[in-house]
Amino acid sequence: MHELSICSSMVGIVREHAAGRQVRTVHVRIGAMRQIVSDTLIYCWTLVTEESDLEGTELLVERVPAKIRCTNCGHEQVLEEPALICATCSARAVDLIEGDEFLITSLDLAGV
Amino acid sequence: MGRFHRHDDGNHHHDHQHPHHHDQSGVTDDHGDHSGYATQTERVVVLERIFAENDQTAAANRSDFDAVGLTSVNLMSSPGAGKTTLLRETLIRLGDTMRVGIIEGDIETSIDADRLAGLGAAISLINTANGFGGECHLDAPMVRSALPRLPLPELDLLLIENVGNLVCPAEFDVGAHASAMVYSVTEGEEKPLKYPVMFRSVDLVIVNKVDLIPHLDYDLSTFYSNLNAVNPGVAAIETSARTGIGIDQWCAWLTGLRSTAAAASGLG
Repeated sequence: MHELSICSSMVGIVREHAAGRQVRTVHVRIGAMRQIVSDTLIYCWTLVTEESDLEGTELLVERVPAKIRCTNCGHEQVLEEPALICATCSARAVDLIEGDEFLITSLDLAGV
Repeated sequence: MGRFHRHDDGNHHHDHQHPHHHDQSGVTDDHGDHSGYATQTERVVVLERIFAENDQTAAANRSDFDAVGLTSVNLMSSPGAGKTTLLRETLIRLGDTMRVGIIEGDIETSIDADRLAGLGAAISLINTANGFGGECHLDAPMVRSALPRLPLPELDLLLIENVGNLVCPAEFDVGAHASAMVYSVTEGEEKPLKYPVMFRSVDLVIVNKVDLIPHLDYDLSTFYSNLNAVNPGVAAIETSARTGIGIDQWCAWLTGLRSTAAAASGLG
């Protein structure tokens, strides 16, 4: 359960970007190749923000599927399972072009 | 700070000198309410990697290792895969040729650190239950906190024994030059597919406890096929820390890593 310590890091990033303004929603993007459980992350977020200025802030998770590009034939495909192999030419030389993301994309701040 | 702008008319305009302040796709002014009441929200683009802070500390660790010509390896596995037994055998074999330091990560107890004592290695224990909230992994700041207890300039190799766990440690760069995992055949052939992040994150997979294969319904080729699906071409060494199979090969891999690093940094 590393989601708890991750949420502590997220609080730091959110505070820095909110610069004292009230935060309503935190938007997070998580790639499929990340071993981070959305529900656990959301639960930990409520724990970490409890009784702080960020209490009640909503965490919205956007999951991004894993996508590979074959370095042999250039074919791009979205993966259903973590098998890094080209469906067209069966090459194993593929680049993961999406699915490794783990970032805070944006904040919804209360208007001033 | 001047980062955020008040818009008295309730409308937002993009500040092109500071393109990250507002969502380029438009602002979420509470769906049609442009009256400027306090209910409106403003979307601020962040696009900041959540591991950025950890990764900065990891880079600092790595640069400290480089400064003294030390090669470090992050060793991960599930609980009970045989990391500590493997390390014991490693220290016995490498003892005379390399000065080794070990960071021993465990949630509780000094049992593993005690098992490695007396073999000539400098050992720094991190119990993640002490001030780290019982974390199931080591992260870069924890490793950094363990460094002052080690004579870094006197060491050639630093082995970081991570907390036994196939999920969390894979997500955290601790500042090591290379990552290896100990996988044991008793865990089953399907583990690479179940824990792809871990199996993808390493430079070497040690396939341990191979002496037990005759007693198991286990197919090594199925395992390799699963491993290759998630981490094509990754190096693998078959070992038995109990009987000593493959330990020399693993030590050679460590020695090779050290030579490569020394050549790259101009150290000899």
